[in-house]
Amino acid sequence: MNEEIEQIRQQALSELEQAGDADSIRALSVKYLGRKGRVTGFLRNISELPADQRPAAGKRANEIKRELESAFNAALNRLSGQKEEEKQAIDVSLPGRQAPLGTMHPITRVTRLISRVFERMGFGIAEGPEVESDYYNFEALNIPKNHPARDMQDTFYVSDNVVLRTHTSPIQVRYMESRQPPVRVIAPGKVFRCDSDLTHTPMFHQVEGLVVDEKVSFGDLKGTLTAFVHQVFDRHTSLRFRPSFFPFTEPSAEVDIQCVICRGSGCKVCSDTGWLEVLGCGMVHPAVFENVGYDTNRYSGFAFGMGVERIAMLKYGINDIRMFFENDIRFLRQF
Amino acid sequence: MKVSLDWLRQYVDIDINASELADALTMAGLEVEAVIDPYEQLSSVVVGRIVKTSPHPDADRLLCCEVDIGSKTVNIICGAPNAQEGMNAPCALPGATLASGTEVKKSKIRGQVSEGMLCSKAELALGEDASGLMAIDSDFTPGTSLTDALNLADTVFEIGLTPNRPDCLSHIGVAREIAALLGKSLALPELPPVQTSGNAEDLTSVTIENPELCPRYAAQLVFDVTVAPSPDWLQQRLRAVGLKPINNIVDITNYVMMETGQPLHAFDFDRLEENRIVVRTPEGENSFTTLDGKIRQLDSETLLICDGKKPVALAGVMGGENSEIMEDTGRVLIESACFDPVSIRKTAKKMGITTDASYRFERGVDQQTTVYAMNRAAHLIAETAGSTMVEGIIDKHPRPPAEKTIRLSSARTNRHLGTSLGRDEIAGYLESISFTVSAEDADNLSVTPPSFRMDAERPEDLMEEVARLWGYNLINTTFPQITAQAEPPEKPLEVKEQLRDLMAGFGFHETINYAFNSANAADRLDLLPKDPRRNTVNIMNPLSEEQAVMRTTLLPGLLETTQKNIFRQEKDLKLFETGKAFYQAGTRDLPHEVEMLCALWTGMRAPLAWHTKPQQCDFYDIKGAAESMLAGLGLANAAWTKMPDNACSYTLPGRTAQVRFKDTYLGLAGEIRPSVLKHFDIGQPVFAFEIHIEALINCLSDTLAFKPIPKFPAVTRDITLIVDKAVEGGQILNHVRGAQTDLVEDVFLFDVYSGEPIPEGRKSISLRVVYRSFTRTLEDARVNEIHQQITDDLLAAFDAVLPA
Repeated sequence: MNEEIEQIRQQALSELEQAGDADSIRALSVKYLGRKGRVTGFLRNISELPADQRPAAGKRANEIKRELESAFNAALNRLSGQKEEEKQAIDVSLPGRQAPLGTMHPITRVTRLISRVFERMGFGIAEGPEVESDYYNFEALNIPKNHPARDMQDTFYVSDNVVLRTHTSPIQVRYMESRQPPVRVIAPGKVFRCDSDLTHTPMFHQVEGLVVDEKVSFGDLKGTLTAFVHQVFDRHTSLRFRPSFFPFTEPSAEVDIQCVICRGSGCKVCSDTGWLEVLGCGMVHPAVFENVGYDTNRYSGFAFGMGVERIAMLKYGINDIRMFFENDIRFLRQF
Repeated sequence: MKVSLDWLRQYVDIDINASELADALTMAGLEVEAVIDPYEQLSSVVVGRIVKTSPHPDADRLLCCEVDIGSKTVNIICGAPNAQEGMNAPCALPGATLASGTEVKKSKIRGQVSEGMLCSKAELALGEDASGLMAIDSDFTPGTSLTDALNLADTVFEIGLTPNRPDCLSHIGVAREIAALLGKSLALPELPPVQTSGNAEDLTSVTIENPELCPRYAAQLVFDVTVAPSPDWLQQRLRAVGLKPINNIVDITNYVMMETGQPLHAFDFDRLEENRIVVRTPEGENSFTTLDGKIRQLDSETLLICDGKKPVALAGVMGGENSEIMEDTGRVLIESACFDPVSIRKTAKKMGITTDASYRFERGVDQQTTVYAMNRAAHLIAETAGSTMVEGIIDKHPRPPAEKTIRLSSARTNRHLGTSLGRDEIAGYLESISFTVSAEDADNLSVTPPSFRMDAERPEDLMEEVARLWGYNLINTTFPQITAQAEPPEKPLEVKEQLRDLMAGFGFHETINYAFNSANAADRLDLLPKDPRRNTVNIMNPLSEEQAVMRTTLLPGLLETTQKNIFRQEKDLKLFETGKAFYQAGTRDLPHEVEMLCALWTGMRAPLAWHTKPQQCDFYDIKGAAESMLAGLGLANAAWTKMPDNACSYTLPGRTAQVRFKDTYLGLAGEIRPSVLKHFDIGQPVFAFEIHIEALINCLSDTLAFKPIPKFPAVTRDITLIVDKAVEGGQILNHVRGAQTDLVEDVFLFDVYSGEPIPEGRKSISLRVVYRSFTRTLEDARVNEIHQQITDDLLAAFDAVLPA
């Protein structure tokens, strides 16, 4: 007998699960709990059971009756509640009230990226004047007046002895003048060269770096720049160091990285060489140390420099350097 | 510099291909920037045989030629006087590019089809002759490519040489590097020994009056010359490296310069007065006509080559019109000299000319090549111009270079480079590039650089040679072992970063404008005559008038950017820039550089959206941005007041506010004057703020002290005051904030209204004051008492009344 009432319960609950609207729930209520309902019928026929089973069966049947009553009511309430909430529904697909964001110039973004990498390696950051004396821009860096190396940098002059700095290296000289080694610093900033065409703008940005201590070697320079390239591009990017010349370093090198566009197979960006020149570097020339009063027998160091626009162009796929200074809002918004 | 591979092979056995060689040179520091096929323009030119000619029906001077080009016979219209049946001539097929740059196409000439072009030497850049078709040996089968027929095959490298390597400004110099890289030997053209005695000294003389500017001057005479075009091989060599053939004498001097790196000059000996050479600076001469026909102004420093009476050349730069080789020249004096690099550079800079000679002299010419190069040229002239070498030479060498010996420690070399090379290994690398090396002890080498390596002066220079020959890429990659140094970041850098973060967060887009602008930027801002921003730092050699002075304010750049964007239909702009302004600083050498932040807002307040009515931005938008920015840096208390009228020329007087923190002026916010906007061609209102970053930094506090969170509830009371329209809301707010009680926690100005029923000329201002005590719960009676006191104060202070 007990089994019968349990079956009725199971069936009622499973039918309730299927019931989707109020009418069918009410119909279930009648079907099970109404005057001719199955639970009611079971209770009515309880007297036919053997006397010793009646109390338990009756108790159980009444429990089930109450359980079903509350299940049906709960289901009905839920449905009517849903209706009420439905009335208050809104179009959640409409755009929210945004706080419109601005953007950072790509040069700022890339300068920050570069700075973060070197800061993690323990470098400080220094700045300096953008209008510089000939001494700091050239002579202290072993570029005497009337030296052909001056042709490497077309210079804007303010007077015979004052120039718009052509590189951020004068910051390094000023930095070294103000302290003794160890030195580990990068110098970001604007630089100026009197050159304007498809691939040159008269103002651009550089980040240069300097490390000076006892026993700093060219191998250390290679390690530092390799770690840098791997962080700024990716750790599979290969590098090569090519002998070059800068008056303030000896030995000097240019650093090529595997073309980030074609991965070294040759394309327009790398002029089919598979390599892109991204950095200039070298061991600090002893004449520079002599100019800032460092003991050349005790200390050695390396310096490096890169064009921020160049790195930004490679990172973002920008093909025209002039875009950086046109400030077209459709360009700026993308960063 | 261009070098021809074919030419290089004359001095060194090259057993790798062109691209391998280019790579090897690049990795040794001689960067090959381009690999050029000098005969590329001949790739669509073949040997054509004229099989039949007939007159052109509609043009007297043209012939219709049937030309056999191997694969077929084509019709070509030709106007050359020497065209005739049976002749072989170069035939440029459609697609070929002529020396003039025009592309050959199939076309109709006066109604007749022409399927190519028969060419002269000049049309193919193979010579000067343009008088008729270039005749080609009739042995060649029609269709043979012209480069095969003429045996023209070469590869030219464009090498980007760094200023420290003048020794490589010649084929022999590059060949010397190649020999070292490939482990080959270098073979120089052999010459009979120079005769130091002979007639030369009887015929001419050389006097050097400025030996410090001319350490060596040699001269040699060649007589009975016949000036004529150079032989083909010589012309081809010169053309391959980008030089224009002129005549056999000049061409040979150029050829020897490209071969040895020693610039030479040939004088017409009969045009040298007194048949002698004097090297000196001007003695009264003011100007001189160079062989390009230009009159050059001389100054007292200009080194001249003179004859017995007058200048005949600008030393090391360019020869003179008065002594150049002419068609009838019969006797030649060859000059081979060395000049002071600085002197030559100054002259070339002043005159604004760079020649192949000056380029080499500026960088340094080897004093040990002087006589060899001159002798080489004399022999070549003798061979090719059917002439006679006068016996003997003149060689004045007042300042021979001192021999340098550099001590190189192998231990130090290894420490500097991060290598572990043996002493003898290091010696070997140096010897491979002609350095003389001997061992001093177990560690040290005594090294004498060859005379042509004028750049090698210090041990570090030698280390570079060792490193590049060993291979930069074989040096182990290590990391510097440096003690950690904890210097705090520089404040300006940090603040500038914060400013950028804040401004971008407020919806402004960062711009970077050029740090220079037009000299009239000050006028365009209507700056007063005495405004310090007119003290510009001027560039002596600007690229254009628009970039002639350093900016003294960031606003013109931002306004120009605004105008350009509006022109592109981008009319809603929120822009900012941080950067320096530059002021001429009186007697100081370097100008004042001042860090500024400038922001600008124009167009709509917010992007078009369903939830907000579209509204134009106004003064309070830009001011709000400035206030939020200041609050972001902890300067929420900065005080804004009305800018005195006429204190700022480029903003509207009634719509400009200045901001100070305590006594420090930080900047201003305002609406740009329409007259200024007009100068920038902007037709819509623009609002801007400017902040002096250094002043701002001086106001920032490094400390931030926590205040306990209040335990007792706040009570608010509202007041509405009716005041004269001229009363500033900010003053009322300050008055409440400054009330003589510590119970006022905050005050908000939440309504401003004028119009009915407020009387004309007055406005109502509503405030909400928040009262709170830190020590107890405020009772209503107490709040009412203070509120009444504040209200009474305000009524008295601002001649205000309460609403009816």
